[in-house]
Amino acid sequence: MNFLPLWRYQNQLIDGAIVTLELTVISAVCGLLIGVAGAVALNGRITPLRWLVRGYIELLRNTPSLIQLFIVFFVLPNFGLKLPAFEAASVALSLYFGAYSVEIIRAGLDSIPRNQVEAGQCLGLSGWQVFRHIVLPPALRNVYPAVTSQFVLLLLGTSLASQVATDELFHVAGFIESRTYRSFEVYAVICVVYFAMAMSFKALFAIIGAAAFRWPRRR
Amino acid sequence: MRSFSLIDLVSLVEALRWTVALVVLALGFGAPLALGLAMGRISRFAGLRWIMAACIQIVQSVPLLGLLFFFYFGMPMFLGIQVPAILAVTVAYTLYTAAFLGEIWRGGLEAVKQAQWEAGACLGLSAWQQFRHIIGPQALRLSLPPTVGFLVQLIKGTSLASIIGFVELARAGQVVSAATFQPLLTYALVAAIYFALCLPLTLWSRSLEARLDGSR
Repeated sequence: MNFLPLWRYQNQLIDGAIVTLELTVISAVCGLLIGVAGAVALNGRITPLRWLVRGYIELLRNTPSLIQLFIVFFVLPNFGLKLPAFEAASVALSLYFGAYSVEIIRAGLDSIPRNQVEAGQCLGLSGWQVFRHIVLPPALRNVYPAVTSQFVLLLLGTSLASQVATDELFHVAGFIESRTYRSFEVYAVICVVYFAMAMSFKALFAIIGAAAFRWPRRR
Repeated sequence: MRSFSLIDLVSLVEALRWTVALVVLALGFGAPLALGLAMGRISRFAGLRWIMAACIQIVQSVPLLGLLFFFYFGMPMFLGIQVPAILAVTVAYTLYTAAFLGEIWRGGLEAVKQAQWEAGACLGLSAWQQFRHIIGPQALRLSLPPTVGFLVQLIKGTSLASIIGFVELARAGQVVSAATFQPLLTYALVAAIYFALCLPLTLWSRSLEARLDGSR
C-alpha cells in the first residue's frame, strides 16, 4: 500500500470534484424545477397532462439511471441532438432527479390538511397569501428531509457520468489508475472523497434545517 | 455490422438471468446482514449502536460504483490474488443491500412503540421471544413497502455491474448496440425489460403502503 504516487494528481482530483459538484447542483436545480412544475400539473385539472406526468415519473423511476444516460448520450444523436458529455449527463440526471422531485413535492403539498387552507380563506387571505403563509412553510419542512437525502443520492449518482467520459471525479479516478496502476489506493481515495463530500452536505443540510425550521412542531 | 435479429433479443433475455442472479445474491447475503445491522442499531449497548450506525453511514455515503470498483479492481490488487468478478460484485452489492435494508428495518423496529417491548416483558417473554412474536411481525409489516421499494433500487443498481464488464442485462445491451449499430432499438428494449421488472414491484409497494395507511 502506497498512497504517495497519488499526491501529484491532487489538482486533477480537485478539478474532478468541482465538476462533480457542478453536475450535482445543476441537476438538482433543474430537477427541482421539473419537480415543482410536475407537482403543479399533477394537482391541476388537465387530465392528459396529469397522465403525461405520471407516465414520466413511472418511466424514469423504474429504469436504471445508467440506461437513461446511454439513451441521452447514444440515442439522441440519431435524432440530430448531439450533446457533449457534461450536458448529456446533466440532462439525464436532471430528468432522473426530477421524477423523484415531483413525487416528493406533491407529497409535501398533499401533507397540508385541506381545512388549514380553508381556515386561511376564512381569514380573508388571498390565494397567494394562503400559499405563501399557510401551505408553503410546513410543506417545505415536510419535504426537506426527503429532498436533501435525494440530493446526496444524486451526488453519489453523478459517478455514472464517468461512463460517457464526463471529466468528473470518478472519471479522474480511472485516469489516475491508468497512470499509476494503483487500483486499491485510487479507489480507496475516491471513496473517501465522495464520503467526505456526502457527509459535508449532510452536515450542512442538518444545520440549515435546524436553523430554518425552528418554529414549534405540529402535534 | 449486422441488423438487429432474434438472436440479439435472445441474448438480452439470457443476460437478464444474471441480473436476477445478482439481485438474489445481494438479497441472500445482504438481508441477514441487514437484520444484524438493524438489531445492532436498536441495541442496549451504545458502542454497538454507534459502530453499526457508522458502518451504514459509510456505505450509504459512497457511490455504488465506487464500491464495485474498489472490490473488483482495488481489493485483488491489495491482496495480490485474482478474484472472480462474481465474487467482487456479490461483496459490493451485499454491502450496499445490507446498509440500505438495515436502515429501513431499523426504522420499522423503532416505529413499534417501546411499550410493546415492555408489555412483552411483563408477560414474562424473553428478549428474543419479544422480538420474535411481538416486535418483529409488526416491524415487518411496517417496513415491507420501503423494502419492496429498495428492491426496485437494487434491480436498477445491478446495471452498474455492466461497467466492470459483468455481462448482465445492461452489458448485453451495450454489446448488442455496438454489434448492430441500433442504439435506439437496443436501449429502448433494455429499458423496457427493466421497466417490466420494476413497475410491478413499485405498484405492489404502493398498494402495500396504502393498505398500511388505512389500517392505522
